[in-house]
Amino acid sequence: MKKHRTSPTTDSRYKPARPFNADEFGRVRRILGGKVLFVQGDAAVAYGALLAGCRFFAGYPITPATETSEILSQLMPRVGGVCIQMEDEIASVGAIIGASRAGVKSMTATSGPGFSLMQENIGYAAMTETPCVIVDVQRSGPSTGQPTEGAQGDIMQAKWGSHGDYELIALSPSTVQECLDLTIEAFNLSETYGIPVILLTDGIIGHMREKVVLPEFEEIELTWRREPTKPKEEFQPFLVDSTKIPEMAIFGTGYHTYITGLTHSETGYPATDSQVDHHRLVQRLCDKIRDNRDRIVQVERDYSDGDKDTIGIVSYGVTSRSVNSAVKMLRQDGLKIDHLRLVTNWPFPEKEVAELSERANRIVVPELNLGQVYHGVREAVAGRSEVIPLWKTGGEMHVPHDIVELVKGGVK
Amino acid sequence: MSEPRHRLMDFVREEIMPHRFCSGCGCGTVLNAFTNAVEGLGLDSAEMVCVSGIGCSSWIPSPYFRADTLHTTHGRPIAFATGVKILRPDLTVVVIAGDGDVAGIGGNHLIHAARRNIDLSVFMVNNMIYGMTGGQVAPTTPAGVVTTTTPHSNVEPPFRVADLVVAAGASYVARWTTYHVFPLLESMQNAIKRKGFSFIEIMSQCPENYGRRIGLRTGIDFLKQFKEQALRVEKANGMSEEELKDRIVIGKLCDKERPEYVSELHRITREQVDKLKKEMGGAA
Repeated sequence: MKKHRTSPTTDSRYKPARPFNADEFGRVRRILGGKVLFVQGDAAVAYGALLAGCRFFAGYPITPATETSEILSQLMPRVGGVCIQMEDEIASVGAIIGASRAGVKSMTATSGPGFSLMQENIGYAAMTETPCVIVDVQRSGPSTGQPTEGAQGDIMQAKWGSHGDYELIALSPSTVQECLDLTIEAFNLSETYGIPVILLTDGIIGHMREKVVLPEFEEIELTWRREPTKPKEEFQPFLVDSTKIPEMAIFGTGYHTYITGLTHSETGYPATDSQVDHHRLVQRLCDKIRDNRDRIVQVERDYSDGDKDTIGIVSYGVTSRSVNSAVKMLRQDGLKIDHLRLVTNWPFPEKEVAELSERANRIVVPELNLGQVYHGVREAVAGRSEVIPLWKTGGEMHVPHDIVELVKGGVK
Repeated sequence: MSEPRHRLMDFVREEIMPHRFCSGCGCGTVLNAFTNAVEGLGLDSAEMVCVSGIGCSSWIPSPYFRADTLHTTHGRPIAFATGVKILRPDLTVVVIAGDGDVAGIGGNHLIHAARRNIDLSVFMVNNMIYGMTGGQVAPTTPAGVVTTTTPHSNVEPPFRVADLVVAAGASYVARWTTYHVFPLLESMQNAIKRKGFSFIEIMSQCPENYGRRIGLRTGIDFLKQFKEQALRVEKANGMSEEELKDRIVIGKLCDKERPEYVSELHRITREQVDKLKKEMGGAA
C-alpha cells in the first residue's frame, strides 16, 4: 500500500524555537515597535515570551491574566506561532506540555482558580522533565475571592501544589520591566533544567503600566534543551550524566520516546514496583535543582553600612515597591536598614536569608497574604533574629508608612 | 539461524513484553487491530505519536506500541495531543484510552476536540467499567448493573459516547466491538486517513472486573454477547428506542468533510506572516 500522510499541508509545518537567531529576534522587536514602551505587566510578560522564542501559547480566560492571552492571540501568528484558547486550564497545561515535547517553547497564563486546576499537570511536567512556563497573575483567594485584586497568596502553592516530591523554580517580578526580563529568564531556566517554571506576578503589577526597555539580542542569552547526543539505538531518555538533567528527544525525530507520569527507569518505561527506581528518580528530580541552587537563586540586596545590629526587611514581588519607599524614610530617620528582595521564590533563598540574620536583630516580612514566605524566613533564620510578619489581604498594597511604623515600633 | 520474526513486531516494544493484560481482556484484540491497521496503511511508526491517559486500555499504546508515546494524566490525552498536533501536523497523532478516561473525567476535552475538528484519531476502548481500579461504575455502565460503587444497582443511564461525538461535530465516527475485528481494523484505517476529528467507540470486554458480576466469566462469553447484540447502523435507522434497547449499533455513524482546526490555525499564521512581510516591505 502506498505510504500515506494524514496532513498534506507541509507549508504550515511549525518551526521549532531551536534555531532562534538574531533575525527572528529582530522580527519580534520590529513587531513590538519602539525600544522603550509604556505597557502593562501582563503585556510585558507576553513580549518577554515572544522575545524568548515562545511560539505556542494555550490559555483560558481569567482575570487578571487575560491580557496576556489577548496580546499573544494578536501577535503570535505574526511571528509564525500559534496561540489557542482551550476549554479549561487543565487542557491548557496539557496542550503546552504536548507542544513542548513536540519541539517548541510553550507557555500558559492564569490566576489563582486556574492555577489550582493546573496543579496535577504541573506535577506531570515535573515528573516527565518537560520544559514549560506557567504565569500565575495572583489574585485574592481562596476560591473565587477578589478577581480584580492583586495578592501574593500562591507562593506556597507554586512549590507544593502538586502531590509528591519534586522541585521547580518560581520567580517574582516587582516591576513591569522585570515581568519582561523574568519571563525570558523563566524560559531559560525551564529549558536548562527541564522543568516547569512558575512566574508569580500579581493583579497589581499585571495591570500596572510602566516603562519597559526592550533588550537587544546581544544583551540576553537564550537557552534550548539539550537534544540527544547518542545514536537512536543507544539513547535512553532518562539516563543522565553528572548534570542530572536528561537530554530530551523531541517527538517526530525518530527516537520512539516513551514519556509517562508513572515512576520510570532510565529507559522511560514504568518501574512502579521498584522502590529503588522511584527513590532514585524523585531524588534526582530534586537534586538537579538543589545542586544548582547557587546558579538559580537571585536576590537583590540593599544593605546599610556596617555588618551588625541592623533591621532587616525581606520582601518580594509587588510588595518590594512599598518597602523601597519605607527604606528611604527609615534611613532618613537614621535607622540601619537591610532590604533583601527575593527575585527567586523557589528554590527558597535560604542561604541569603540566613546571612541577613547574621546582621539583623529583627527581620520584618511584609507580604500580601496571611503568612507564606514568613515561614521560609523563620526556618532560614533559625532563631538568630526575631521575625516579624506584616500581613495584608484585601487587594491593596502596603502603605510605606505601615512598614515604617512597624519597624520603628518593633512590635506588631 | 535467527528465529522467525512476526511482521508486526516492528510496531511493538518487544523489550517490555509480556504484556500485563488479564486473560480474556479485549485490549490485546485492539492492539492487534491497531498494529495491523498501521502496517496496512504503510505508516512509519517514527512519524506517529500515540497519546493515552490512565486505565487498562491506555496501556495499548503506552508502552506497548512502538512510536513516540505520551502517557498523560487521567482524562487528559486529547488535551496533550492537541499541543502535539498543532506543532507537528505532519505526524499521525492517535489517542487510545478508555471510556472512564475519555468520556468520564476527560469528557469535556472530547466534545471540544470534536467541535474543533482537530485532526486526531481517538480510539476509545469501552469496557463499561473502571477496570484498573477494580470494577467501579463508569459513565458507560448500563443501568441496573451491580458494581463495587453501585452495590445496590446502578441508577444512571449510560452515555452513548459515539452518538455524543457525532453531535459535537466530529468528521468521522464509528462504533465496533472486539468481535468485529476486521471491520474495526478497516475503520481504524479510515479514521486515520480522514482529515479531522475521528472517533471509534470500541465495545470491549473486562471479564475480570465487569464480566464476573454480570455472569460473563470469559472473553468468549463477551464476544458471543457482542455478536448477538450487534446491529448494523443501516438496520438500526428508523427503529424505536424500545427496539434498540440492549442492542449495540455498529458501523460508520458519520464521515464528512469539515474545516480542520490545525490547518485553519496555520492558515491564520501564514496570512499574518504574509501581511507582516508586506507591511514591512519584505524586511520581515
